[in-house]
Amino acid sequence: MSKVYLYILLMAVVTYLIRALPLTLIRKEIKSRFIRSFLHYVPYATLAAMTFPAILSATDYVISSVVGFAVALVLAFNKKSLLSVAAFACAAAFITELFLR
Amino acid sequence: MNVGSIKDFKEGCADAIPICLGYIAVSFAFGIEASKIGMTTFQAAMTSLLNVTSAGQFSALEIIARNGSFFELAVLQLVINLRYMLMSCALSQKLDLKLPTIHRLVISYGVTDEIFGVSVLKKGRLYPMFSYGLIVTSVFGWVFGTVLGAVAGHVLPQRLISCLGLAIYGMFIAIIIPDTRSNRAILAVVLAAMVLSTIFAYAPFLMMISSGFRIIIITVIVAAAAAFFAPVKEEEDE
Repeated sequence: MSKVYLYILLMAVVTYLIRALPLTLIRKEIKSRFIRSFLHYVPYATLAAMTFPAILSATDYVISSVVGFAVALVLAFNKKSLLSVAAFACAAAFITELFLR
Repeated sequence: MNVGSIKDFKEGCADAIPICLGYIAVSFAFGIEASKIGMTTFQAAMTSLLNVTSAGQFSALEIIARNGSFFELAVLQLVINLRYMLMSCALSQKLDLKLPTIHRLVISYGVTDEIFGVSVLKKGRLYPMFSYGLIVTSVFGWVFGTVLGAVAGHVLPQRLISCLGLAIYGMFIAIIIPDTRSNRAILAVVLAAMVLSTIFAYAPFLMMISSGFRIIIITVIVAAAAAFFAPVKEEEDE
């Protein structure tokens, strides 16, 4: 039995507990307006922080990342679907890189 | 106790198609990296199936490759994935209060940035069947991409792999940006989080904070400030 499996199981258990504890233990409606508001803003803050500046190094060239980022922003601002925003951002980066190589 | 119908399940599957495609792109890169450090395809697929966490899995590879300690791996996963705890708290408020533990345990398995983003911004109550649709479709992409990367990573042209890296961010943007049009507070939250994140990434000392911690710190600061200055009215809390 390789030690690799122990690594995999250990990280799986830690990660699962982090996810499962709040979902199984919190069974009441949170009354505090502050906490409700806080939780309301969590996804926007988290996803925004994860996106920028990490997106700048998502592709091999900063410039193609910037182009993809701009395309995604414009499409998302116009309420296009998840799939089209993601797909057109990739396509824009791909076309940009055609000119770079 | 309404857990939703097969219709909710299908709706979840449909909503997860972009997540699935984004995951294939990202986990493809994970599969390549995993095979580079000598993991078998089976081990890489097992890692993806049991963990479903991009940042956590990528960072674990480094420890596994140098035969690091179990303690270090556990702490690293805890820090990088602690943000899921915030997400789980938020998600707990979207579920029926009487929802049995077994459903909660299954939904917990699928708390990722993307699945959470789609779940929490869905209007009205979150039905388990909808979540299951999201989870099945997304995890399929995550594991499938891992296997593909581990087996065939070297045959795809690099320029294709390069641009696929944008897919996951394109999704994040599609989740958070539309609401910034109608809600000034959300616009401020998004901008503040991006600015802070940039400062944390490049400023001296701050840049030494791991990306997992960075995201937690920024989330807590920005969401708390927004909750203080722009508390949500009850009716628009759904």
